[in-house]
Amino acid sequence: MSRSMTGARMVVEALRDQGVDTVFGYPGGAVLPIYDEIFQQNDIQHILVRHEQGAVHMAEGYARSTGKPGVVLVTSGPGATNAVTGLTDALLDSIPLVVLSGQVPTFMIGTDGFQEADTVGITRPCTKHNWLVKDTDSLAETLHRAFHVATSGRPGPVLVDIPKDVQFATGTYVGPKQVEPARYQPPRKGDVGAITRLAELIERAERPIFYTGGGVINSGPAASQLLTELVEATGFPVTSTLMGLGAYPGSGKNWLGMLGMHGLYEANMAMHGCDLMINLGARFDDRITGRVADFSPHSVKVHVDIDPSSINKVIRVDVPIVGDVGHVLEDLLKIWKSRGRKTNPAVKQWWAQIEQWRARKCLSYRNSDKLIKPQYAIERLEALTKGRDRYITTEVGQHQMWAAQYLHFEGPNRWMTSGGLGTMGYGLPASIGVQVAHPEALVINVAGDASWLMNMQEMGTAVQFRAPVKQFILNNERLGMVRQWQQLLHGERYSQSWSESLPDFVKLAEAFGCKGRQVSDPASLDDAIREMIDYDGPFILDVLVEKHENCFPMIPSGKPHNEMLLGDLEAAEDIGTAIQSDGAVLV
Amino acid sequence: MSALKLERGASSHSAYDLRDYHAAGEERHTLAVIVDNEAGALARVIGLFSGRGYNIDSLTVAEVDHTGHRSRITLVTRGTPAVIEQIKAQLGRIVPVHEVHDLTVEGPSVERELGLFKVMGGGEKRVEALRISDIFRAKVVDSTLESFVFEITGTPEKLDAFADLMRPLGLAEVARTGVAALSRGR
Ligand SMILES: Cc1ncc(C[n+]2csc(CCOP(=O)(O)OP(=O)(O)O)c2C)c(N)n1
Ligand SMILES: [Mg+2]
Repeated sequence: MSRSMTGARMVVEALRDQGVDTVFGYPGGAVLPIYDEIFQQNDIQHILVRHEQGAVHMAEGYARSTGKPGVVLVTSGPGATNAVTGLTDALLDSIPLVVLSGQVPTFMIGTDGFQEADTVGITRPCTKHNWLVKDTDSLAETLHRAFHVATSGRPGPVLVDIPKDVQFATGTYVGPKQVEPARYQPPRKGDVGAITRLAELIERAERPIFYTGGGVINSGPAASQLLTELVEATGFPVTSTLMGLGAYPGSGKNWLGMLGMHGLYEANMAMHGCDLMINLGARFDDRITGRVADFSPHSVKVHVDIDPSSINKVIRVDVPIVGDVGHVLEDLLKIWKSRGRKTNPAVKQWWAQIEQWRARKCLSYRNSDKLIKPQYAIERLEALTKGRDRYITTEVGQHQMWAAQYLHFEGPNRWMTSGGLGTMGYGLPASIGVQVAHPEALVINVAGDASWLMNMQEMGTAVQFRAPVKQFILNNERLGMVRQWQQLLHGERYSQSWSESLPDFVKLAEAFGCKGRQVSDPASLDDAIREMIDYDGPFILDVLVEKHENCFPMIPSGKPHNEMLLGDLEAAEDIGTAIQSDGAVLV
Repeated sequence: MSALKLERGASSHSAYDLRDYHAAGEERHTLAVIVDNEAGALARVIGLFSGRGYNIDSLTVAEVDHTGHRSRITLVTRGTPAVIEQIKAQLGRIVPVHEVHDLTVEGPSVERELGLFKVMGGGEKRVEALRISDIFRAKVVDSTLESFVFEITGTPEKLDAFADLMRPLGLAEVARTGVAALSRGR
């Protein structure tokens, strides 16, 4: 039904019609009319953040853990520019977001007015699409389109810039159903011929592997179920990127663990040695491929992706299938079953080979009874939280990789980390976004000391909205990942990688009105973790860990998969020379 | 070795994909991109090229369907076959882009460009300039006692050749539209 109302009211109306229950935002002059409308209703809760970057990461956490788009509201100028990092993060990790920004009134655009910024210009390269709305009559339609674009095809962030006069003026509201169907309709079904080809390859392969990514998660829980069914039915090994963890259960018997730069030895060796690689919703990122020229040299490569531009971008594949992973898996299972569910008996020998690689136990580390090893801290966290209704977020650095290696995820949407952009400061706000969406769940941010400080102001948000998020800080008093690279690549010259003058995290917790504890003795770690879990409110656990621990396995930049460094097994000197200058130029 | 014996490109449905993907050489391709004529559409296309480091040799744009508000962007770009494939896929991803045509591979096409050339001078050179312009079927669209402005339509190569000949004869200024292109036949 078309109704006449102000632009500001349309915003709230459209959000309601899109099923939005939560908005993360921060007010300012150019969005006051919208905030006035938010004040006068109760359907949509508004989470007041402390910095707009926090709002966007919260919306990302919300989106990833629910599968619904996250919604953000910011003011013009600095409000919008503060959102840029989060938008870029969401673009690289394909997270659906709808960001609404205020803008100076249309008649002032271009005059360098107070808090004017060319928001659509600035955010054009870091959104999937964006709009500047110039008249109130087109506002409702634009908002509905924004939701459609953010959530269709490969999901991503969109931004709608709304000048203040457009918010004040009256126009005609249209509901989502009245908007004519969008032309933007990415195909979901994959080509049946190509899928049949894949089924044939599955029947014949001797050394197959499933290489799965964030696309499986984005496709929805059904895709994860279909993946699990296919993996079990074929008996093939499965590995995943950082973004895809949880699509196949971490306890599943065919699970090889994460692959890539800090992936497991068996996963990377299997990728290198396979004869059939089935890429489901991953994108051959450089953290995964290592040296491209030597990437999995003997395999036939199949790539299922909803975005045609991902195909052949980095690695030339033999069988491209453009489509939604869930739909393709459904068709594949049907076709493969109807052809008699065949696989090659030689896969047994492949598993024997994989077991040999597994026997290297690449995640083993030397534990200590004096110092808490970061790996041990994560292992204990896993042991004490396993089986609970648990969501994990992370910051960026060594702790993030250890979390990916030592935690196990039994289902999708339980693991939120900044993969593509590697944004320090992501984890704390993301944990709040997750908690807002799942108030009863246990939400833990596995953090590094340095990253955590980047958006620590959001503890105020957690306290205000009673989000009992657990901040599990692996405190090595270092920018650990930077320190590791300097040790391995820059002659142990530790330039600016110390976290000097760290705050007292326990006092900080108290200052924010929540609780904190510091732990440094391995014998009290379990007790500290239990206290953190049981505390009814936000909690900061400052875990003082070994300061110079390195994260292994590691494929140095510019090296192929079969030239991994395996921590303990390698003498430190070998590691120093393992990285050649041609690799050093890579990040 | 692999038990699978799959030929490269065997899954392809288009003859285009059978070209040697790893060819080192750069190719010149003319692309026609049909977009909604909305604010920022051109900026998105240009931003894609600058952001991802692709080349633009020539670009023209104008609304070609006033009722449907569609613009046609004609782009001449260079790159290896892999890069050209990426460019097309990336263009196709832009939300207001409706169609991307690679006129270089989709069959025969015609390319035309319009140029205006100002030639200054007198005496013999002036006569020679006029004579050559006649050979090229250029039109004189402005004339003073010491200058001509010639208008010429043709392929970019023809315009280049004309400019080369006019340079010693007093070529002072050039304005070119960039390439417009259409496929031949249906
Ligand atoms: C915003 C931002 N700035 C810089 C970096 C580069 N960087 C990657 S990891 C890292 C160190 C992180 O230190 P910490 O959070 O303490 O984690 P640790 O590696 O010690 O576990 C830095 C500086 C980044 N990823 N993001
Ligand atoms: Mg640290």
